[in-house]
Amino acid sequence: MSEITPELVRHLGSLARIELSDDEVARLTGQLDAIVDNIAKVAEVATADVAAMSHPLPLANVFRDDVVGEPLSLEQALQNAPDAADGRFRVTAIMGEEQ
Amino acid sequence: MADLTRLTAASLAEKLAAGEVSSVEATQAHLDRIAAVDGELGAFLHVNEHALTAAADIDRRRAAGESLGALAGVPLAIKDVLVTTDMPSTSGSRILEGYMSPFDATVVARARAAGLVAIGKTNMDEFAMGSSTEHSAFGPTRNPWDQTRVPGGSGGGSAAAVAAFEAPLALGSDTGGSIRQPAHVTGTVGMKPTYGGVSRYGSIALASSLDQIGPATRTVLDAGLLHDVIGGHDALDATSLAESWPSFAQAAREGARGDVLKGLRIGVVRELPDSGMQPGVAASFRASLAAMEAQGAEIVEISAPHFEHGVAAYYVLMPAEASSNLARFDSVRFGMRVTPHAGATVEEVMSATRAAGLGEEVKRRIILGTYALSAGYYDAYYGSAQRVRTLIQRDFTDAFAQVDVIATPTAASTAFRFGEMVDDPLAMYLNDATTLPANLAGVPAISIPSGLSDDGLPVGIQFIAPARQDAKLYSVSAALEALLQDKWGGALLDRAPRLGGDA
Repeated sequence: MSEITPELVRHLGSLARIELSDDEVARLTGQLDAIVDNIAKVAEVATADVAAMSHPLPLANVFRDDVVGEPLSLEQALQNAPDAADGRFRVTAIMGEEQ
Repeated sequence: MADLTRLTAASLAEKLAAGEVSSVEATQAHLDRIAAVDGELGAFLHVNEHALTAAADIDRRRAAGESLGALAGVPLAIKDVLVTTDMPSTSGSRILEGYMSPFDATVVARARAAGLVAIGKTNMDEFAMGSSTEHSAFGPTRNPWDQTRVPGGSGGGSAAAVAAFEAPLALGSDTGGSIRQPAHVTGTVGMKPTYGGVSRYGSIALASSLDQIGPATRTVLDAGLLHDVIGGHDALDATSLAESWPSFAQAAREGARGDVLKGLRIGVVRELPDSGMQPGVAASFRASLAAMEAQGAEIVEISAPHFEHGVAAYYVLMPAEASSNLARFDSVRFGMRVTPHAGATVEEVMSATRAAGLGEEVKRRIILGTYALSAGYYDAYYGSAQRVRTLIQRDFTDAFAQVDVIATPTAASTAFRFGEMVDDPLAMYLNDATTLPANLAGVPAISIPSGLSDDGLPVGIQFIAPARQDAKLYSVSAALEALLQDKWGGALLDRAPRLGGDA
């Protein structure tokens, strides 16, 4: 058995910025436990001398020519924003009252 | 006039070029077909109201004598993971409902420039997470062969659309099998190119080290024709390979003559034994091997000892990368915003938005990925999985020292029933064991129909080639396709049940 507990799942939810209901926490705890049990085997397969692969066909130093491109206009960049003002994305308060 | 929707893209393109039919007629025929059958199937999330205008423009340009691409005027269905300026792009998620991209994905832009007519956006598992299309926020797609069964996933919409003659061509994305497994269960063709062979710019990312865009079609030649349009270097994708590629359509045409099979060494993986497959799947696979052997191919057993760890490695890497990629859905720049109460902080708004806008499978994978990447676990999970990936790539290198291509059944079973896997995510994940080694190693792989199983449902055979040898897959699979169609006396899809819209 792995160490997946409801408290851990709730903590992961807050790290991932997903509010989880108690039902979701209970369901995810059981499911993740089974999945983690299964995937934990990866740690037993390869020894440390095997190089880790981040990309299957790695490319290095991918540069483009230094020429002016056609980026999105301000209007286009903001066209899908839930809220915008003065040419900027607008969000609610960054800090809560208790902060 | 013959039913234009039953034509392959290649023969429709010929008729268009010869002036026998117009793109407006061809597009209208497919729009009519969608109107007749898509109520049952649900392959499309959106039908393009501008399609006839685009088709008329192609007809006008052709009439004016303009030189057009080989597929000009042919309708194209586009998986909703690809962003489009003239239709919403949601990736099957509520959180992106109604999102209108200010730019086209590179593959979409190339398709339009080649004169293809974007006919609609196809359904998919939310953010391409799933093997059944049941995890779409907008309802499932049904398998045209048996509507109580799934069309595979995540690209079930694209596969069902081509299988049901709603479009001759479709685009898909393949992270662990999302083009090939739907092809397997719908009796169609699906190709995952070499990693970096097709641009991913404008593809809503799932797992960036695994994702590839590719064609979903009814024939190998049609896949090659579409691949020729969308492939090649794109400066907007930093993982795009700079090399020039041969014509895949030409590879398919040459392959169909069959000479390629003489002396071809085909590897069969010892670690994917028939005993792990549904008997009807194994039987169909063996029959295809025998057909190729009769034409001079040599079947060689190869060993890929690390494939058995592929699922575990994949289900570390994919959720980890997904949890990072999906952080962009934060209620700030695009997509849904839920404000739980007046005075809610931006963090509370993000958490409430993601709670409301993301589905169960997506939440599950984000939480799993967040766990795998969290401090203290990173090396045990992500680092270890990356090392397993190296071992799987070495398995391929060793195998390709002995054989030209590898063949496997595309998946262990035929289409499963709705709901069968929903409560058992692990069982659904294990279903990808045959397809995901190619994603982990970055090598190209194709699935084409090999016949029907004993349950009357389609089965696919997968061919895998070394990196950059996509053309080899087109020639080999076109050779087998020709052999099998000769034996069947037509295409496998001719045996699919008629749909409500059929006369």
